[in-house]
Amino acid sequence: MNLFHIAWRNMQQRGLATILTMLSMALGVCMVVLVLGISWVITESFSRNSNVGYNLIVGARGGSLQLTLNAVYYLSQPVGTIPYELFLEFLPGDGRAEEIHRVGGKIEEPDRKGLYSPYMSGGFAIPVCLGDYFGRFRVVGTTPDFFEKLQYGEMNDLKYRFASGRNFKDYDAENGYFEAVLGAQCAAERKCQVGDTLKTTHGDPEGDGHGQAFKIVGILEPTGTPNDRAAFINIEGFYLMEGHARAFENPMHPDADKEDVGEGGAQLPPRLALEKRDITAILVRTGNPMFAMNMQTTVKKSEVAEAASPIFEIGNLFSNFVDPVRYALLAVTTVVCFVSAISILVSIYNSMNERRRDIAVMRALGARRDVVLFVVLLESLLIACLGGLLGWLAGHSLGAVASSMIEYRSGVRVTFVNTITYYELWLIPGLVILATIAGVVPAFVAYQTNVSKNLGA
Amino acid sequence: MLAIQNLYRSFLLPDQTRLPVLDIPHLHINSGEQVVLIGESGGGKTTLLHCIAGILTPDKGTIELDGIHITKLSEAGRDRVRAAKIGYVFQTFNLLPGFTALENVRLGMTFGTGKHNVARAINLLERVGLGDRMHHRPGALSVGQQQRVAVARALANKPRLLLADEPTANIDPSNQQKIIDLIRENCREEGIALLLVTHSMHVAGQFNRVQQLEQLNRVCQSTAADAH
Repeated sequence: MNLFHIAWRNMQQRGLATILTMLSMALGVCMVVLVLGISWVITESFSRNSNVGYNLIVGARGGSLQLTLNAVYYLSQPVGTIPYELFLEFLPGDGRAEEIHRVGGKIEEPDRKGLYSPYMSGGFAIPVCLGDYFGRFRVVGTTPDFFEKLQYGEMNDLKYRFASGRNFKDYDAENGYFEAVLGAQCAAERKCQVGDTLKTTHGDPEGDGHGQAFKIVGILEPTGTPNDRAAFINIEGFYLMEGHARAFENPMHPDADKEDVGEGGAQLPPRLALEKRDITAILVRTGNPMFAMNMQTTVKKSEVAEAASPIFEIGNLFSNFVDPVRYALLAVTTVVCFVSAISILVSIYNSMNERRRDIAVMRALGARRDVVLFVVLLESLLIACLGGLLGWLAGHSLGAVASSMIEYRSGVRVTFVNTITYYELWLIPGLVILATIAGVVPAFVAYQTNVSKNLGA
Repeated sequence: MLAIQNLYRSFLLPDQTRLPVLDIPHLHINSGEQVVLIGESGGGKTTLLHCIAGILTPDKGTIELDGIHITKLSEAGRDRVRAAKIGYVFQTFNLLPGFTALENVRLGMTFGTGKHNVARAINLLERVGLGDRMHHRPGALSVGQQQRVAVARALANKPRLLLADEPTANIDPSNQQKIIDLIRENCREEGIALLLVTHSMHVAGQFNRVQQLEQLNRVCQSTAADAH
């Protein structure tokens, strides 16, 4: 029989008190694990999308963080819109002129190159229009480039693939400008299949419905990005829906001063004219990543729009908001663990009076003072570590049990194992230190026990 | 085997005066010898046993056990000697309630030789008639059975000296003789010296050497003289 066995028997002897103390430690550790797990989910859901395949987001002036949250994560409402003309300035090479003649309408200097085109050689610019909803899911009006040019994943090397169907087209002979693609989760939750139609609501999930239906032509494979939780429609169809055309002229650039290039794409049905188009954001990848900083400064100085670097903004979000909250929660849960440690101390200390005789007996049988001290410390350590193990298992099990809800909310797949972080290794020395602190007072009482006095006859 | 010379022990009273309890000029017990110690309550019998076991340290004098001067040892040294060479049977048994009978016996081995001779522990329990109760906790055993476990535990490390402090005081008369026989037989079989404290003249009458504390202890003698 070793000292471990003796400590175990002492714990059994005080079964209910031991279990309750263990549970209080389990609760503390469970909370630590949950906080770490939740912060992992948050980090994962943001970081896996921070490498978005573009290095600049251009949108209405306001907060660059809100612009990022809005355009990358489809969170919060758009700050405002920017004119489509600005998007044209980002098109590489002769893209501006080509796009003007493809769309048609009135614009100043239709045949010049875009202002930012020198930065854009080898890059791309993709327009995004937000504001509509499909159920609870955001509707993104964009071009087919969104799925052809953007890539995702930590290394930004994964192409968007379709579980069924295909990408929407700029114009389709059968569906016209009204084709849509659904993210995996959106399709699953809305029980949509290729061939179905969708109608969007304006402004918010409970807003007025648009009468225009879009044919669903493709459903994306799950990507673990916010795009799983969005519906993508052709931007040309988006513009043709009621209420999506610009209602007022830009007083700085009156239409009368613009040159009319006529209707674009002669054989196709008319599109919304250039001067009536607004967009929420432009997703820009410069030809050379080094140009992004310069371009961002230039856009900001123009005072027409805001330019944000998504990676920088996400980094800022973490260091300014997420990390402090995480540390605050960890501090609270650490306090809970300390309280649990104190309950271990109180529990063992309270039992010392009734155990003095047992300790005296052990001493009379030849146990040295340091041995009885060690037995009490071991007991505290066992309670703390078993409680900790229980809490650790409970924390990860809760995460696994709630995995479908977490995935539904965040797009992050949670299993028992993948939320285990190396931070949790700190739990081991943490628990040992707490157990030692909790055990040291009763252990000292055991150490000091007067054998002769407590033996009785 | 056990030699006590000029043993003096007193206790500090709340008024800071010292109350003498033991003043024994000489006591000697040979190896394997069985001695019964009788005396009045409060006469210092338990204090003497505690001093011999190294649980208490005397103010003066020497205690030598098997050639080892217990009184010169550190506390840890006395613990080691107690674990290895002394078995102790208490009046109130002092079994640990959370441990089975077998574990209580093995507990003595844990702090003693460190050798976990489970076979000996089982054998001892069988010898005291508890072969079928070794996995029972003290609460499930009768008073007599508990004291038998205590005897087995005291013998676990093959001590050189067994100290028994009124081992039958809390046991019904029908079991008292069985416990005394058990202790004496086992000590005889294993060559263990025995110092047994009792109030019972019936028990004392069975021993060849009966030692009255009043004859040994000068404190008792002076108290008696003061009474006269």
